[in-house]
Amino acid sequence: MAYMLEGRTGAWEVVVGLEIHAQVISESKLFSGASATYGGAPNAHVSFVDAGFPGMLPVINKECVAQAVRTGLGLKAKINLFSRFDRKNYFYADLPNGYQISQFEHPIVGTGIVEIELQDGTLKQIGITRLHLEQDAGKSMHDQHASKSVIDLNRAGVALMEIVSEPDIRSPEEAGAYLRKIRQIVRYLGTCDGNMEEGSMRADVNVSVRKPGEEFRTRCEIKNVNSVRFVMHAVEAEAMRQIEVWESGGEVVQETRLYDPSKGETRSMRSKEDAHDYRYFPEPDLLPLVLEQSFVDELAAKLPELPDEKRRRFCDDYGIPFYDAGVLVADQATADFYESVAKGRDGKLTANWMSGDFFAAMNRTGKSIENPPVSAADFGALLDLITDKTINGRIAKDVFEEMVETGKAPAAIVEEKGLRQVTDTGAIDAAVTKVLADNQDKVAEYKSGKDKLFGFFVGQVMKAMQGKGNPALVNEAVKKQLDV
Amino acid sequence: MSIFDLTIAQASAKLAAKEISAVELTTAYNDAVAALNPRLNAYITTTPELALEQAQAADARIAAGDATALTGIPIAMKDLFCTEGVRTTAASKILEPFIPPYESTVSAKLKAAGAVTLGKANLDEFAMGSSNITSGYGPVENPWKRAEDPDAKLVPGGSSGGSASAVAARIALAATGTDTGGSIRQPAAFTGLAGIKPTYGRCSRFGIVAFASSLDQAGPMARNTEDCAILLNAMSGFDEKDSTSAQREVPDFTKALNRGVKGLKIGIPAEYRLEGTNPEILALWDKGIEWLKAQGAEIVEISLPHTKYGLAVYYIVAPAEASSNLARYDGVRFGKRVDGVDLIDMYERTRAAGFGPEVKRRIMIGTYVLSHGYYDAYYLKAQKVRNLILRDFTQAFEKVDAILTPTAPSAAFGLGEKMDDPVTMYLNDVFTVPASLAGVPAMSVPAGLNAEGLPLGLQVIGKHFDEETVFAVSAAIENAAGFSALPELRAK
Repeated sequence: MAYMLEGRTGAWEVVVGLEIHAQVISESKLFSGASATYGGAPNAHVSFVDAGFPGMLPVINKECVAQAVRTGLGLKAKINLFSRFDRKNYFYADLPNGYQISQFEHPIVGTGIVEIELQDGTLKQIGITRLHLEQDAGKSMHDQHASKSVIDLNRAGVALMEIVSEPDIRSPEEAGAYLRKIRQIVRYLGTCDGNMEEGSMRADVNVSVRKPGEEFRTRCEIKNVNSVRFVMHAVEAEAMRQIEVWESGGEVVQETRLYDPSKGETRSMRSKEDAHDYRYFPEPDLLPLVLEQSFVDELAAKLPELPDEKRRRFCDDYGIPFYDAGVLVADQATADFYESVAKGRDGKLTANWMSGDFFAAMNRTGKSIENPPVSAADFGALLDLITDKTINGRIAKDVFEEMVETGKAPAAIVEEKGLRQVTDTGAIDAAVTKVLADNQDKVAEYKSGKDKLFGFFVGQVMKAMQGKGNPALVNEAVKKQLDV
Repeated sequence: MSIFDLTIAQASAKLAAKEISAVELTTAYNDAVAALNPRLNAYITTTPELALEQAQAADARIAAGDATALTGIPIAMKDLFCTEGVRTTAASKILEPFIPPYESTVSAKLKAAGAVTLGKANLDEFAMGSSNITSGYGPVENPWKRAEDPDAKLVPGGSSGGSASAVAARIALAATGTDTGGSIRQPAAFTGLAGIKPTYGRCSRFGIVAFASSLDQAGPMARNTEDCAILLNAMSGFDEKDSTSAQREVPDFTKALNRGVKGLKIGIPAEYRLEGTNPEILALWDKGIEWLKAQGAEIVEISLPHTKYGLAVYYIVAPAEASSNLARYDGVRFGKRVDGVDLIDMYERTRAAGFGPEVKRRIMIGTYVLSHGYYDAYYLKAQKVRNLILRDFTQAFEKVDAILTPTAPSAAFGLGEKMDDPVTMYLNDVFTVPASLAGVPAMSVPAGLNAEGLPLGLQVIGKHFDEETVFAVSAAIENAAGFSALPELRAK
């Protein structure tokens, strides 16, 4: 069922497009040799080029170009072998040159496709319009001094990829799923760390509403939204506002707005009339960026497996459900961990254990996949003990907890505590006989039709065997003696 | 013979032979600067102590047998080249307090070759002008005088007017210039010097205060073509810090000087015979044609049909780039700042106080032509016509090896003349601008005097990266012209 907002005049459809600014992972900035790492003392990572000193010239960082191409490939997009940089002119204190070097007419990456998955499992394709490279600006701070603003240029000149989507998004959920998907892809590719809290990924959200079947109506752009949740909220809040405007006989005006998370509403930042005239023109200090097809091919050949492909392969190789595979490929490290355990073992068993006890232990202990509660090797060894029937699933849970607690290897724990599963049918039969003898009243009830008591007898037998009985054999023995 | 009569080549030979020392040579020039600069205003900043230190180092190098052709040669550095530790103003008040913590590539190469820097030469503010009257540090006087009116002050041309005046008055043995639309060639012509704007990309622009990035080129200005060749050898070469610099071998330009012009085809563009051009200029052009013919060159009439749009294109493209390049002078990080009530107010006060009227005019023109709604009609159209102008040259160079034209439509004019409106001033660049737009090398060589006793230059334009032919043709004209006149006002 399509997402619709109900107004006084009926249902409204929401139309959304995202412009995602993703900071490129690179040693140095887009056009200077200064370090592009986050943090550092204010103005510690600033070259004369970044600070816009007289006579300084930009020189393109090849690694940033490669990162943009990798990202383009990851978005299944067209790589433009010819692209060009342009200057976007405006004055601001943290924009040292008085212009931002960006790509306006000829971006490095053209149209592409991203597939998102919704809560109900529906898959939807969102079109990518383009991806271009540009410089970030510095940071102005207005709260550090009574009358002065201070500027930190560490970020000035760091490479950004602006990823522009088609207006294909139709709900807050889709907007969130799209943003998460882009973040997942760039993280897989290692082209952006996707940390929205640190500002290395942020989104401008274009929102409009329309009656079903109509042409697009006027849109507003909500600038610099810095979390998935806020993007989803902003879409809804802005759509509601626009519906209210249209329904009270007004007209939505094209403008730039800001989302205020504390109030859950958007407010006007500047109208179209006050919009900057950026006076774009080709950057004369740089030659057009011309790539060899071989350069692109080489990057394509070394591209890591992307989440969609990995997910499908996990289904095929390990026989796990599509949904489970989606959880496991959510990030590269989890997928790698899963695969290192599942390889040569029962993929389904591994998946169940990971999404069950393993994630639970990880969350409970506050650990991460990079620093897991049990190592992949120990985890695998535990699964082996289950598979070769050394222990049963019930005991395995205890062993797992002990592993988390003590860091000991599972085999050692099993030996130490004598947890080996009992497969001796004689011992099992004896235990069953004793349980049935001790519960004659229940046996009578069972025989008069209370089938459900079967589980009770099995439980009592397992209890009597300290949980070490082989469940299948116990089941069998109980059944045999009851059905006599 | 005075020490000031020595060319670079001659001084270099005497230094090598230890007939003179670099300290002697530099001291003589330092003294000459001290004596004449207060009148000529050819330097914004003089650095006599630094020059002496460099001269001492040069002498040590010569003694060690490690000298280049430029070791110990005292030159003027146009104040558009950033020089580490030495104030660099671009002749603008907005950079009055600016001391760069870095060195431009071209000045670094000259330093590395052992050249001695006497000081920073005056220019039009941000190299915007053709007369040096837009300098924030006062106009430069041309040492040349009209025979009939020796008291009238004439302009040295621009924008490299300080460089031109300094070399002509012999308070520098040679100088660096930069040329965006004629800023080396026109002042060279106005002061009886040789000056070459090499191919765009031949010299690095790194560390040169930018005026119009797609046009700016550094080049030498000197007494003769040989000195220019020696300087250009040192100034040229690929620089990884300038993405528009060319990854090409730099030939020894001095070797091209004696090639002669026999068998060369020299193009004479019909479109440069502008109506109303001074007959003396046209007569000199004809003379140049005869000289080359006499030395065995073949003269070919050619057409550069889009020449007439050159000035219009130039005065759209250059201000457009300048308006963006000069946005960085905002008072935030370096240079002058005039405080205001808020950021915008500070910008406005700083830029109002820091920029002179010509710079403001060009920023406004440039901003206008890039504005929404005007971009297509002005900037984009200008770029298209620029391509046509380039095509004119490309097609012409299929038929000829070099092109000969006058350098400027007149001789040096008086301070205060041609001031009625900016367009009159812009017309000075009419013959030099097309080569700039096409990015091809072009040289002005002194070829004679006009009736008033003022020098006139001829311009030789060559193919991309074929400075060698430009030098060969220019040297042929130089030989034939035998230009030896000197201004009376000079170090002797």
